[in-house]
Amino acid sequence: MIGRVVVVLTVLWCSPVMAVGVDEQTLPPTQEAVARSIMKELRCLVCQNQSIEDSDADLARDLRSIVRERVAAGDDEAGVKSYLTERYGDWILLQPPFNARMAVLWLAPFLIIGLAAFLLWRRARFKTGMPDMAPAPLTADEQAALDRLLDKDQRG
Amino acid sequence: MPVRFFIPLLAFLSIAIALGVGLFLKPAEVPSALVGKAAPEFQLPALDNQVKGLSRDDLAKGQVTIVNFFASWCAPCRVEHPQLIALRDAGYAVHAVVHKDTPKNARQFLDKLGNPFQLIGTDNDGRVSIDWGVYGVPETFIIDGNGNIIYRHVGAIMPDDLTEKILPFLAKVQS
Repeated sequence: MIGRVVVVLTVLWCSPVMAVGVDEQTLPPTQEAVARSIMKELRCLVCQNQSIEDSDADLARDLRSIVRERVAAGDDEAGVKSYLTERYGDWILLQPPFNARMAVLWLAPFLIIGLAAFLLWRRARFKTGMPDMAPAPLTADEQAALDRLLDKDQRG
Repeated sequence: MPVRFFIPLLAFLSIAIALGVGLFLKPAEVPSALVGKAAPEFQLPALDNQVKGLSRDDLAKGQVTIVNFFASWCAPCRVEHPQLIALRDAGYAVHAVVHKDTPKNARQFLDKLGNPFQLIGTDNDGRVSIDWGVYGVPETFIIDGNGNIIYRHVGAIMPDDLTEKILPFLAKVQS
């Protein structure tokens, strides 16, 4: 029994490992929550596909302290992001913004779906628009020839 | 055979080529947000009493300048050092920002490998580096005489980079 309790407590005790260092100065809980949610959307430029919230890199640590500083100074999410994109460009945002340069990226899926739909529609229209493909009715001679063949066949 | 039978093949080939090209792109070369813009405002204390520190005003004195971010603990910085010396020998004003380093180690580095720098500022907490959009040392910037960033090189300047990119760029700017 005690063994089970220990196991359960051990499992409950485990929390997901965070890259945010224990020695880092954090903000009061509400501001820290805002800062963390912003950090999750910022790319760690050294590790490329991790967010700065998730990364242990030196630069990520520095950027985290900048995010906290801006949040503490009263910046909202857009303010913090523009502070960083002024320095590092849109690349620092894990979700690319919708602007002139990124338009192709955002619109390409819709263009491809649109193109596919157009091609399918055209194909469907082409098929129904075709002249009737059912064979023309047999002439009297042809019918007689067919009857003769079938008749012969049946008598086998 | 009708042409349309080749459409799937062509579609496949174009996707394969696009992905193949993508494999050889270098996402690590982060496009700089600062090229074409004014260098950020900054003022850094000197490395030690043998040199003067570096500030934005030093980059807006009418002359093209080169600013190199380095640290003695950074191995690629050693690799590129001869190229910085070559730039100085070619008559360019090369300045440095020492990134998160101790003055003692940085000075030893320069004593051992030679000092191509005129002004050397120290950025202990890395904040000025972040203002410049630096995400790792070494990085090198070229600044026009009015304090605008006109070129950025990420990573070590290899001999090829010097002769094929940086020197031609400098020659073009000067002419």
